[in-house]
Amino acid sequence: MSDLKFKPGQAVDVARAMRWGAWAVAEYRLFSMSKWMGSMFAFGLGNPVIYLISIGLGIGALVDINTGGQGINGVSYLQFVAPALLATTAINAVMEEVTFPTMQGFVWDKMFFAMNNTPITPKQIANGIMITATVRGVFNVLLYELILWLFGAVPVTSLLPMFITSLFAAVAFAAAMMSVTVRLENDDALFAIIGRFVISPMFLFSGTFYPLDQMPIYLQWIGWISPMWHSTQLGRFLSYGMPLETWQLVMHISFLSAVFVIGILAAYPKFESRLQK
Amino acid sequence: MTSDMIVAKDLKKVYGDFVAVDGINFTVKQGESFGLLGPNGAGKSTTMKMISSVSKRTGGELTILGKDPDKFGPEIRAHLGVVPQKDMLDRELKAWENLYTYGRYFGLSRKFLKPKVEELLAFAQLEEKRNEKVEELSGGMQRRLAIARGLVNEPEMLLLDEPTTGLDPQARHILWDRLFRLKEQGVTLVITTHYMDEAEQLCDRLIVMDKGKIMADGSPTELIKKYSSKEVVEVRFGTDKNEQFADEIKKLADRIEVLPDRILVYTAHGEQTLEAIVAKGMNPVTSLVRRSSLEDVFLRLTGRTLVD
Amino acid sequence: MSLIQAGVTSAVAIAERRRGKLGQSVYAGRPHRVIQRSFFALKSSTWLGVVSGFVEPVFYLLAFGLGIGQIIGNLTDGAGNPVSYSQYIAPALLATSAMNGAIYDSTWNVFFKMHFAKLYQTMLHTSLGALDVAIGEISWALMRGTVYAIGFMIVVTPMGLVTSWYGLLAIPAATLIAFGFGSIGMAVTSYVTNFQQMNWVNFFMLPMFMFSGTFFPISIYPEPIQYVVMAMPLWQGVEMVRGLMLGIIDGALFVHIAYFLLMTIAGLIFTTRRLTALFMR
Ligand SMILES: Nc1ncnc2c1ncn2[C@@H]1O[C@H](COP(=O)(O)OP(=O)(O)OP(=O)(O)O)[C@@H](O)[C@H]1O
Ligand SMILES: [Mg+2]
Repeated sequence: MSDLKFKPGQAVDVARAMRWGAWAVAEYRLFSMSKWMGSMFAFGLGNPVIYLISIGLGIGALVDINTGGQGINGVSYLQFVAPALLATTAINAVMEEVTFPTMQGFVWDKMFFAMNNTPITPKQIANGIMITATVRGVFNVLLYELILWLFGAVPVTSLLPMFITSLFAAVAFAAAMMSVTVRLENDDALFAIIGRFVISPMFLFSGTFYPLDQMPIYLQWIGWISPMWHSTQLGRFLSYGMPLETWQLVMHISFLSAVFVIGILAAYPKFESRLQK
Repeated sequence: MTSDMIVAKDLKKVYGDFVAVDGINFTVKQGESFGLLGPNGAGKSTTMKMISSVSKRTGGELTILGKDPDKFGPEIRAHLGVVPQKDMLDRELKAWENLYTYGRYFGLSRKFLKPKVEELLAFAQLEEKRNEKVEELSGGMQRRLAIARGLVNEPEMLLLDEPTTGLDPQARHILWDRLFRLKEQGVTLVITTHYMDEAEQLCDRLIVMDKGKIMADGSPTELIKKYSSKEVVEVRFGTDKNEQFADEIKKLADRIEVLPDRILVYTAHGEQTLEAIVAKGMNPVTSLVRRSSLEDVFLRLTGRTLVD
Repeated sequence: MSLIQAGVTSAVAIAERRRGKLGQSVYAGRPHRVIQRSFFALKSSTWLGVVSGFVEPVFYLLAFGLGIGQIIGNLTDGAGNPVSYSQYIAPALLATSAMNGAIYDSTWNVFFKMHFAKLYQTMLHTSLGALDVAIGEISWALMRGTVYAIGFMIVVTPMGLVTSWYGLLAIPAATLIAFGFGSIGMAVTSYVTNFQQMNWVNFFMLPMFMFSGTFFPISIYPEPIQYVVMAMPLWQGVEMVRGLMLGIIDGALFVHIAYFLLMTIAGLIFTTRRLTALFMR
């Protein structure tokens, strides 16, 4: 152990530390993330591409045989599912980057408690996590759009608007998931249960692979309350012009905005009370 | 700016309806080394968390570095170094990366941190382990890393919650020495511990806590003088036999404590008392005469031994 | 004191008895102790988490069967008869959930026990051998998988998705599938050192799930690719269960069974070697 010499209390620029808190958290997350770049890309892209091929092309072939080439909404099945797969990719990527670090920070490594011993505030921790998740979403959405475009599943002019809506929906949903995850005291089983009873049904019942109105009415509500469906509807409108009334557009956007606002508002106080306990 | 680093008045913390800290008063001055001593569950860590300006107090007043932690948490924390009881290191990051990322939370520049991280690794004797993940470090190494991490912002006050648990004897002594040198440079130290020798070595002043209350306070020597005798004789007669000699021995001493495995005899002159015991025909299996310690103070105050 | 002595004496006695028997260095004949531990752990875990293992395939069945089924219409089974889309995918989902359950138990769960709970080190410090641990853990996965399979059959039979009495055999078939995947999964896990590597397991599972004749017949692939898919264990499992549930019994069924028996034996040998190498140096 060598000696350590310093003048106590001189090193830190308090104003600066307080101003950039959320970004310091984001920087740390990106730093950790950079270690898994390889597998992140492999999964972030590998999984959706597999879905694209198996569902878009595989099931698509069956659909086309059955409908005599009519497809759904007058477009091929591939074009029909593409916006849904984009929504899924975005939501999965952003959500993963919010829920896992939150569990890790509060339960697994308890890193958030250590962070909170510095000038960083609980709110800044929450914001930092959201920032990183958004960055991750940007990457995954862009890459996936590129693939969809190469498969001829979406027109090039729709890429930018779809980028915005799918990313926004994903961030909104992630905020809601953060407010849920921060409430998990220490039960990893609960974490898995949410995956199976919330995330997986959302993926399956939100009109992702078929028009929602094909479902029996008693299952349709799952779609109505799922950000995935709202995101997908917007995507279909933007991608191949699926007809949507103005009020429907407004409704989808408002719903997603509400999810975002409620999620953030519900997450902040719990971050604070949990860290300041 | 006052020279009082911590002022606690009637400080209270309640979890649900459980009172963890029950109205304690103390002051810590700049450059002092202050100890919190007490058995498991006494409320030491809870007090530390309130001092760290993280945990919100339930009642009373608390001023840290002249400010109210409820209002100025981040400003205060900028000047504190905290070594929590549980390390809370990032297990996926390497040793040096833990120090670096933590430094960034204080808004410290990369330029500042680059040499700082090396300096801290040397301080914690982890130079060779700089590229190991936390997971791959031994328990004691993780502890040293957590201590180094608490120093990254060159704090005015260092809060150490049981700093030496898990360290080998040599590392413990080296750490004491280094902490002492930090103190010489003006760093205020607040330390919780179960170890008497540690408290005696490190603390100018300490409070003894039990069940959320302060039982006594003062310097280690003051406390020993006040609550114990000069010397202590420890005698063992074998399991289940201690009780039967207790009454007889009581007559020969200022005070005795009967523990399950031995009897502690408090007296000014240890050797003489031991001779007297033997002269009465009581032959202990083992016996030991020693100086009185904080452990004895503790036993007197709480009726319990520290590490139980 | 005397209690401890008695314990030690009987432990030694048991160890002595096994000495000289085949495989005594790796097998103490008490894998049921390992299972018993899992059972205790189960009792204290969340029931929702346990139930969810069986709910997932039902969700898939509802979503794909009801949703996509309508836009796909009927397919034909192996014997050329028309089957609804739900009838087509139900056996595949049963086989897949058997696979997923077994893989989960033998990879994530085993990984956690190996690296965090250090459970195996503890077990192997007693007189249990590596093979006891391997069989015990895998059997546990099987018991769980079988219960899930029964639950699934209880749901799908009233829906008219099982058209033959042979369908009852789908339950042991699911157990066999789980045995095969579980034993290989555990061997693979013993090579894994961190969570990120664990993710790669999923990376290979998903395509297998999507492309093994689960959601659409493999006849849409070019012929060479069909052969590749047919070599995959999941395709073997899906076809085995599908044949049973739809009552198409032919020689292929025995090929599938043989495939899984071989896979299981290979997995067990492999796992025991690895556990011995890892913990009994
Ligand atoms: N977050 C919490 N919620 C509820 N009770 C708590 C919480 N933290 C601590 N306590 C309780 O407060 C009491 C004091 O705990 P504390 O951690 O301060 O003890 P300590 O003196 O540090 O003990 P040790 O020597 O074991 O570290 C204990 O009874 C503990 O159970
Ligand atoms: Mg404590």
